[in-house]
Amino acid sequence: MPALVIAAHGSHLNPDSSTPTFEHADTIRETGAFDAVREAFWKEEPHFREVLRTLDSDEVFVVPLFVSEGYFTEEVIPRELRLEEWDPELWDSDGTSATHATCTASDTGQTVHYCGPVGTHRAMSDVIVRRAESVTDDPDVGAGFGLAVVGHGTERNENSAKAIEYHADRIRERDRFDEVRALFMDEDPEVDDVTDFFESDDIVVVPLFIADGYHTQEDIPEDMGLTEDYRTGWETPAEVDGKRIWYSGAVGTEPLLADVILERAADAGADVEDALEMVRKRTGGAALIEQ
Amino acid sequence: MDTSPYEALAEAAADGVEFDGLVATREGGQLLVETPEETLTAPVETPRSALAEVGEYVENWFFWHQTAPQAEPRWAFLRWLERASGHAVPERYDALEDGLSRSWGQLHVTATLDDDQRRYDLRHEADADRAATDLQRYDEPRDARDIAKLDADGEYRPLKTAPTLRSGWVFPDLDAADLVAAVDFCYPATIENWHREREDDLDISHWHETMARQTGIYGVVETWDRQEGHDHVEWVAEACCDDSQCLKRREWGYDAETPLETDGGSGVFPCREPCSIVVSAARQWTKQEGEQARTYEFELTPTEKEQLEAVVDAVAEGWIDDIRPADVRNEANKLRIRFLRAKLFDDDGNLGGVSTGEE
Repeated sequence: MPALVIAAHGSHLNPDSSTPTFEHADTIRETGAFDAVREAFWKEEPHFREVLRTLDSDEVFVVPLFVSEGYFTEEVIPRELRLEEWDPELWDSDGTSATHATCTASDTGQTVHYCGPVGTHRAMSDVIVRRAESVTDDPDVGAGFGLAVVGHGTERNENSAKAIEYHADRIRERDRFDEVRALFMDEDPEVDDVTDFFESDDIVVVPLFIADGYHTQEDIPEDMGLTEDYRTGWETPAEVDGKRIWYSGAVGTEPLLADVILERAADAGADVEDALEMVRKRTGGAALIEQ
Repeated sequence: MDTSPYEALAEAAADGVEFDGLVATREGGQLLVETPEETLTAPVETPRSALAEVGEYVENWFFWHQTAPQAEPRWAFLRWLERASGHAVPERYDALEDGLSRSWGQLHVTATLDDDQRRYDLRHEADADRAATDLQRYDEPRDARDIAKLDADGEYRPLKTAPTLRSGWVFPDLDAADLVAAVDFCYPATIENWHREREDDLDISHWHETMARQTGIYGVVETWDRQEGHDHVEWVAEACCDDSQCLKRREWGYDAETPLETDGGSGVFPCREPCSIVVSAARQWTKQEGEQARTYEFELTPTEKEQLEAVVDAVAEGWIDDIRPADVRNEANKLRIRFLRAKLFDDDGNLGGVSTGEE
């Protein structure tokens, strides 16, 4: 039976960075769909370099718990896993369309199905909407609301913004929210001016980040004006410029993300139908839109 | 229904069995079993009662072939735990009745027999002699992740093999698979690398090649290697890889031809390449070591010079918190260092009033 590796950034400084990774791994472990499920990290252990050798399976699915295609998913992870045949061309992606590529790890000889990042999977749109539902405590939230999908953004990697825009476009097409915008921390349109971009009085802001940390819990709340000092916290909703801002935590902490990880493995050929059903029951993902 | 050890042996004997002193073959409808002590025959269909005398050998064979994880590194680790090589089955079973223990980093593992089944107790080595009932009990291997996350003071442990694993917990009754899983959550990949080393197959990635591999913000570290010699790597190893900082035994050197003189440590499991913390720190050092040395002039009394040295030592060795607030005889005492600052630093924090100057 194949194994699953969930590859995440991790942190030398923040003990909570790995928490969503562990939680999603546990959800998938409990399905029994894989011989083993193991978390692996760039900054923690097991490191990407050494995770494959801890797994008995000859066949391993690797799903990057990253938001976009870019430096980590295209260069660091494949290099550290020792996928010598790897070339980003194998994904044949337009920046958000990577599914998987199959390579051999040179140190262990294992067959590795290297999947695209969770952040660009179509099902991530549903996780963002779920986040909006949970922060407003309204399963039908939409009418009268604007939705801001917030990404890091970086001038250095155009794919970083593409992932955010991809989901904003998809959610906009559903006509569920009155307005949907993609906003960024480090490029225009900037999240600092969030109220300028919406007509609606209620705005749900969902950061497309994997873990809660400096950006989602300090930077963005202060930049949007939810609070003067992140340490004193903020109201949900918070009143800014006469509008109500409903700010959710990082999308990666949403239990439904376990479903996206499994979808990534399924797209790469993993036999996880039963596991998907179990995880959807547990995380309330039964209503996924595109199956 | 699970096959019994005896029936399983009868089946396997068709291809011949030879393991830990047990030899089993089949001839006609008979199972022929030999141990150093006994030679027995038993009917293939109902072998159990005739093999009672060699029960331990049969149970032992069954455990290692049907129960224990079969992946080589874990299998070898479990064998090592009970000192299987060189100890015959009856002797080992006697010892297991009392428990056979080994240290693995700061872990203390004890293998025992319960109703002929191997069970494992996993705890911190500092708790080796404590009653399990005095410790917080865990049964789920993945709980070891949470135990390993923070030290006793609540500080985050990004390096799992730092010698700061907290004590006070026990997994008192694990089976073999759960034991190796729990060990892997505490010290990821250590069993696999230990096994590779024993098989003379450890894939060491030395300093130079590891730094040459780095890209992005870490790409700069490679430039640190341009100077003659490798003193800088000796200092890195002395700073980061000493047993006081990490329990892995450093096996990497500057490159394959150039080992380091700095002691690699005495850990049971090896370190096969500079870890992510070393790489991160090396980036910082690469930047600061690019600066040119210059001459500053300060006046210090002999005691003041020694105080500065004592502060550096106290920080480097982690002694700061052990210096008592009113222990004014200690050179690194907080009041004495505050006095030093009041006397020697100007309002901008310059030692001796001497400006650091432009970089």
